[in-house]
This record gives sequence, structure tokens and C-alpha cells, in this order.
Amino acid sequence: MQFLSYLINGISLGSVYALIALGYTMVYGIAKMLNFAHGDVIMIGSYVIFFAFGSFGLNPILSIVLSMVVCTILGVTLERVAYRPLREAPSLAVLITAIGVSYLLQQVAQLLWTSSPKSFQSVVGLAPISLFNGELTISGETIVTIVACVVIMVGLIWFVNHTPAGHAMLAVSEDRGAAQLMGVNVNATISLTFAIGSALAAVAGALLCSSYPTLQPTTGAMPGIKAFVAAVFGGIGSIPGAFLGGILLGIIENLSKAYISTQLSDAIVFLVLIIVLLVKPTGLLGKKVNVKV
Amino acid sequence: MGEMLSVKNINVYYGSIHAIKDVSFHVDEGEIVTLIGANGAGKTTTMHAISGLLKLKSGEIDYCGQIISKMEAHKIIRLGLAQVPEGRRVFSGLTVQQNLQMGAYTRRDGKEAIANDFDMVYELLPRLKERRSQPAGTLSGGEQQMLAIGRALMCKPKMLLLDEPSMGLSPLLVKEIFKIIRDVNRNGVTVLLVEQNAKMALDIANRAYVLETGTIKMEGEATELANNIEVRKAYLGC
Ligand SMILES: Nc1ncnc2c1ncn2[C@@H]1O[C@H](COP(=O)(O)OP(=O)(O)OP(=O)(O)O)[C@@H](O)[C@H]1O
Ligand SMILES: [Mg+2]
Repeated sequence: MQFLSYLINGISLGSVYALIALGYTMVYGIAKMLNFAHGDVIMIGSYVIFFAFGSFGLNPILSIVLSMVVCTILGVTLERVAYRPLREAPSLAVLITAIGVSYLLQQVAQLLWTSSPKSFQSVVGLAPISLFNGELTISGETIVTIVACVVIMVGLIWFVNHTPAGHAMLAVSEDRGAAQLMGVNVNATISLTFAIGSALAAVAGALLCSSYPTLQPTTGAMPGIKAFVAAVFGGIGSIPGAFLGGILLGIIENLSKAYISTQLSDAIVFLVLIIVLLVKPTGLLGKKVNVKV
Repeated sequence: MGEMLSVKNINVYYGSIHAIKDVSFHVDEGEIVTLIGANGAGKTTTMHAISGLLKLKSGEIDYCGQIISKMEAHKIIRLGLAQVPEGRRVFSGLTVQQNLQMGAYTRRDGKEAIANDFDMVYELLPRLKERRSQPAGTLSGGEQQMLAIGRALMCKPKMLLLDEPSMGLSPLLVKEIFKIIRDVNRNGVTVLLVEQNAKMALDIANRAYVLETGTIKMEGEATELANNIEVRKAYLGC
């Protein structure tokens, strides 16, 4: 029973990683860049909810929607201002810029809200449920997190495969030039990708801070890195890969915390990543890169 | 039968490499014009410049009375100027049907008109129909080339740019592709054809230009160039 509880909590944590990993993987697939500031967008989104819901008592759903709007604007603006001018630049320059943006967001948050941790009030109103005569208790946060992640994943896969905008994303991710020849506006498609990734980051932030209620300017950094690992683990560029990678990462992390060592759990996570990449360099669901003739 | 595409003294650079030097040519409505030249002559660069994938350093490109050389690529296609790029570049993860659908990405004239064009393309290229739900990456080279042509036709182009459509195909398939190009042209689509296969290209073209290291070296009626001694030596191997 204990094991089941660890497992479910692992899936819940993994769901958060999966939502964040989606942002990494979609941006990588379509804009061919690693947006290392993605984790910090989550942190900003969480502060929005902290103030809207925690301080001003706004309805929790509205608070999340507000946070999604703020994060979307933030994500699209960052792309427009910091990344778009570097579209033709070497990828190393873009990577360094992204790291710079990440620190910028953390510093701005520190200036605005200080570095002292805030206690985040959970946005989930659902009561915990008790199973097997009270032997297993699952918190409302855990249930909502898992359900939200599954719903978003299904919705996103449907969107990408069944709408013109989704097809445009697939086309740009495969061949930017050919997509342009079809009439796809690449800049608009990349903006849309950042918008979706950032909105999902807001949801991830709300769920993350509801389960782990300490909020400070560095809150997004570690989950951001782990979600990046999850994206690579699942096969970067692949949406189902981000889902699978995120969930597995959450489970591995939680089980190693429970059965091996709390301190070593992160090391174990990275060790698993290294092993997976040695065996399958493209990640679990990653596609082989097409070699052009 | 007015001028449809007019390229005026264009210069294109890759960094410091001067790839296209003061090139001018034109294509009249209804024509097939071919641009022949050796590897690295600048044919693909010219095609990319016309479609807006590359910016000009100087010069101007007009199409249907409009200056398109400052326009973004995704807007140029909306004017009915489509390109079948070198190396096919089909979307390998999408199915044949989805690739054709991508070709119709810019169209807003209703499902029925698009469905008609699906029928038209499948009739013109029957091999694609059998493979409609197959990922494009699993098609043979020749089938991919047909898909690339079909995809470009799905936007209802007034003018089609074809960059080496016969590359890497068996002689039989090359014949088939050239027949398709002729059919497309007879249906009212103006064609600018880039080819290494100069013999076949001069065979179906009305006029031709010879491009050499970024400059136009010769121009004229296709039959005339096909009989020109220099052209025969350099491009026809006889
Ligand atoms: N991306 C690039 N960066 C730098 N130089 C380039 C680039 N693309 C092409 N070139 C150079 O520009 C010149 C023209 O190339 P282009 O691809 O237009 O030739 P082409 O006539 O299409 O040749 P081919 O028949 O081999 O396709 C060549 O010298 C080539 O090396
Ligand atoms: Mg070429």
C-alpha cells in the first residue's frame, strides 16, 4: 500500500514535469532552440496566482486563467525580443541568451518580491480521498494534477494532428523552408508555440506550488531542469515523449526518494537519463534524424 | 500573353559569397522556360530568391505586375507562385494526404474546391492515391517527387517553379515527370524549370537561359540553344 502511495505521488509529480516538458519539447521541435528560461516562466506564473488568489482572494480558476494570460504574454514577448533577432544566429548564442533570460527573470522576481519564500495556498479545493479502509489516501492536488495532465495531453495531441495550425507546427518542425513555401508564417507559428508552452507552464506552476507550497524566485529552476531532462528522456521534439518522460521521471524520483535515499534521488534521476541516452541516443520516443540526400 | 515573372538585375550573397551576379530574365504567361547550368551555377539560389526564401542585395523581382522581392515567402505563395524545391522536401512524418493538405494551406475557397483538386491531383498522379495514408518518408524517391509536385499544385498555382524535378530518377520516371510537367503547363500553369537534364528540359521548353557561375551566359529559343555548339558541348555532352 505504501508502494502504491509513492507510485501515485510519483505520477503526480511526473505530470507536472510532463506539462513543463511539453514547453521545452515543442519549442525545441519547432524553433530548434532550448528555452532555458521556461522554468522561470513557471515561477512568474506562480507569483501571479499567489497574489491574485492568495492575497486578493480571486476565484482560483480565474487566478489560473490570469496566470496563463500573463505567462502567454511573457513567453511571446521573450521570444519576440530576445530570441527572434537571433533566428539565424549560431545555436550557442541562442542558448546563452536563454540562460541570460532565465537569470533576468529570477533577478526581476527577487527585486519585486524579495527572495524570502512565500507560502503558497493550494488552488485545489478537492478533499483527499481515502481508499482500502483508509490505508491509502490520495490528496486532491494529486488527483487534479494527474487529470489535468492527461486532459491537456490528449487535447494537445488532437490539436497538433487535426487543425491547420497544428499541421503548420508539424511542417515547420520538419522543414522550415518547405513550410514557408506552403504559405506557413514561421514567425507566427513559433509565437503560437511559445504561447501554448507558456500557458501550460502557468498551469504547471499552479499545480506544482499547490503540492509543494514554497514559492521563491528560484522555484522554477530545478523543476525546469528536471522537465528538460524529462523531455530529453522521452525524446526531445516528441509530444508523447514529453508525457512519458515526465511521468517516468516523477516515478523514478519519488521511488528512489522513498527506497534509496532522499539526497541521492536527483543523482539517480540523472543516472537513468545517462543510461537511456547511451542505449537510445534519441530518447525513448525520439525520431531518428532524417539524413538529407 | 504578357510578362508574368520578371527578374531584374538581381544580386544575391551568402555572407561574402556573391552567388548571383546581376541576373535578369523573364517568363511570359503560359510559357515553359528553363534555366540550365552546371552544379553550383546558382540555379537553386535564383529559385529561392524568387520564392522569398532568400533576400536580394539589389535588383527587383516582379510577378503579375507586383514587386515581390521585398515580400515574405509565406505571402508570395498566396499570389499563386508555387515552388517544387530541390530535393523534394516532402514532410516525411505526414501522410501523403496530409502533405497535399499542407499544399492547400493558404486556400480559403472552401472544402469542395479543395476536394476537387485532390481528385485532380490523384488523377494526374495515380501512384499517390494508392499511398494516400502512407507517411511520405516511406515513399520511393520518384513517388516523393510526384508528391512534391502534387503538393505544389494543391495551392492552385498560376506559376510553378520546379528545381531539378528529375534528379535521381530512373530514365522511365524522368520521362513520366516531364510528361506531367507538360500536362500541368497545358492546363494553364506557367512553368519555370531548373534542370541538369538539359536535353529533356530544352525539349519541352519554349525558351531557355544558361546560367554559369552566377551570371546568365546565353539565352534564346529552346530549339535554338539545343543546336548551339557551346551548349551541346557543355550541357548535352555531344
Ligand atoms: N547556404 C549557403 N551558404 C553559402 N554558400 C552557398 C549556400 N548555398 C549555396 N551556396 C553557394 O552558392 C553557389 C550557388 O549554389 P546553388 O545551390 O544555387 O547552385 P545550383 O546551381 O542550384 O547547383 P546544383 O545544380 O548543384 O543544385 C554555389 O557556389 C554554392 O556553393
Ligand atoms: Mg540546385
